[in-house]
Amino acid sequence: MAWFARKEKGIVTPTELKKETPDGLWFKTPGGAIIQKRELENNCFVCPEDGYHVRIGSKEYYEIIFDDNKFTELDENMSSGDPLSFKDTKAYPDRIKASQNKTGLKDAVRSAVGKVNGHDLVVSCMDFSFIGGSMGSVVGEKIARAIDYARENKIPFMMISKSGGARMMEAGFSLMQMAKTSAKLALLAEDKIPYISLLTDPTTGGVTASYAMLGDFNISEPGALIGFAGPRVIRETIGKDLPEGFQSSEFVLDHGFLDFIVDRRELKQRLTEIITMLK
Amino acid sequence: MDLEFEKPIVDLQDKLQDMKTLATDTGSGEDMAQAIKSLEDRIQTMKQDLYTNLTGWQRVLLSRHADRPQTLDYVENMCDTFVELHGDRSVRDDKAMVGGFGTIDDQTFMFIGQQKGVNTKMRQLRNFGMANPEGYRKALRLMKLAEKFNKPIVTLIDTMGAYPGLEAEERGQGEAIARNIKEMFMLKVPVICIIIGEGASGGALGIGVGDRVLMLENSWYSVISPESCSSILWRSWDHKEEAAEALNLTAENMHGNGLVDGIVREPLGGAHRNKEEMYSTVKETILSTMKELNAVSAEDRIMQRIDKFSAMGVVEE
Repeated sequence: MAWFARKEKGIVTPTELKKETPDGLWFKTPGGAIIQKRELENNCFVCPEDGYHVRIGSKEYYEIIFDDNKFTELDENMSSGDPLSFKDTKAYPDRIKASQNKTGLKDAVRSAVGKVNGHDLVVSCMDFSFIGGSMGSVVGEKIARAIDYARENKIPFMMISKSGGARMMEAGFSLMQMAKTSAKLALLAEDKIPYISLLTDPTTGGVTASYAMLGDFNISEPGALIGFAGPRVIRETIGKDLPEGFQSSEFVLDHGFLDFIVDRRELKQRLTEIITMLK
Repeated sequence: MDLEFEKPIVDLQDKLQDMKTLATDTGSGEDMAQAIKSLEDRIQTMKQDLYTNLTGWQRVLLSRHADRPQTLDYVENMCDTFVELHGDRSVRDDKAMVGGFGTIDDQTFMFIGQQKGVNTKMRQLRNFGMANPEGYRKALRLMKLAEKFNKPIVTLIDTMGAYPGLEAEERGQGEAIARNIKEMFMLKVPVICIIIGEGASGGALGIGVGDRVLMLENSWYSVISPESCSSILWRSWDHKEEAAEALNLTAENMHGNGLVDGIVREPLGGAHRNKEEMYSTVKETILSTMKELNAVSAEDRIMQRIDKFSAMGVVEE
């Protein structure tokens, strides 16, 4: 097999001349469509081929929603305490620190105020990458203050939910965030300031059972999982397989709990329409 | 029915019974009186010791005790008259959530609470106290009815959680609970919430927003049951006792953390050991709490209710 024989031993290409394919240049959707990452980014993280909405975080949503990606972040430096000295397989503060280091985020929600096609909007957006977007004191408090800000300045409020539910490590404290955020929304409603709730994949548990479902407008993205109990828990409870499409945003719309489903590429336009109509 | 951790006391009580029988049979009552007395004292001290130092998990067990009084027991025993009201006017009557007008000392209250059921058949009928969305909507309908006629509301909370079923999802379990929580903040009438047994998560909070939120001594209230917490965080049910401690779910814990307003003492050994005493304690608690709440205007009550819940949470800035 002489024609395969190396003429010289070892690798001789110098490092700077190496031609590498960078990691993550391509993305494959669950439906099997393959798309270039850069193309995905330019398309609001929606696959043009099959319309799959990739899970994104607050950074991406703010880029999509706010004019020129300009906004002022609210309560930027708030982070979690450890009121119960909670420890399971890992101490809670260690979990927080690890998540902060991994994600570069302080907690599972960021609040901001900015302009959407020239209209003011206060937005709180959850980040699923931070402990599953779980709701603890920081999430509740930041949302509560964002609503206060919306009330003080008479600006519509938008919530982008993406969460597995309450944060167990804050036990009773996290439960009461459902009450706190709902109380603030009751005040916002009294002031007749519009509240748009966008439920994204996934929105479950205590988040569904509080602020996510309380919008004047409950809207969602295609194919998002929305529910109170998680699919696994329901399957175990009823001992049966769940029907196709159960708890998808289309299912929830069909049962009357959403106003409409919006393609992420049209989100900004639809927001603008609602805000304008109510002025 | 006695619980595992109560066995040392039960053993001593059996011994006491034997001694008493022996004393009667042999006619040596006077000789044994001293011994009987000292054993009785020992049992009493032991009970005091045990029941004041229960672990979180032991209180969870007491909160689920099969003989523990339930919502309808309280209502029927506290009220001079009680008219149960049914249905959410939309889907059906949820038997896991009960309610109606009742009078105590000529005062009319709206009572609402979960009912777990007293025997196997009733437990099935009541879905073990796990309400569906129509249960929460029934509760809200009754609260609005009370508000219309300016009657205070008492909710009695006792649930393992809102029912995680297929139809519950179809009919919007999350929306139903969310709406209740929001609407309860704006109720113009006084609202007293008492956790009488289990207070699990959103299913409890769905009728749990009040001017005063009280917990019975051996009830628990948290974001998740210790079993589910264990299975999620430790990936097995074996750590439920650790989970119960970690969750800080007892009345003492929750009151200490400022998440509930007060603790209602139970008879020694739990509510089921002396039900009459328990009913009368809860009745007195409701009446005295009402006096406090009536002294405040409706607007102030609402603002105080909102401020109280808004202050809950621990963050660093």
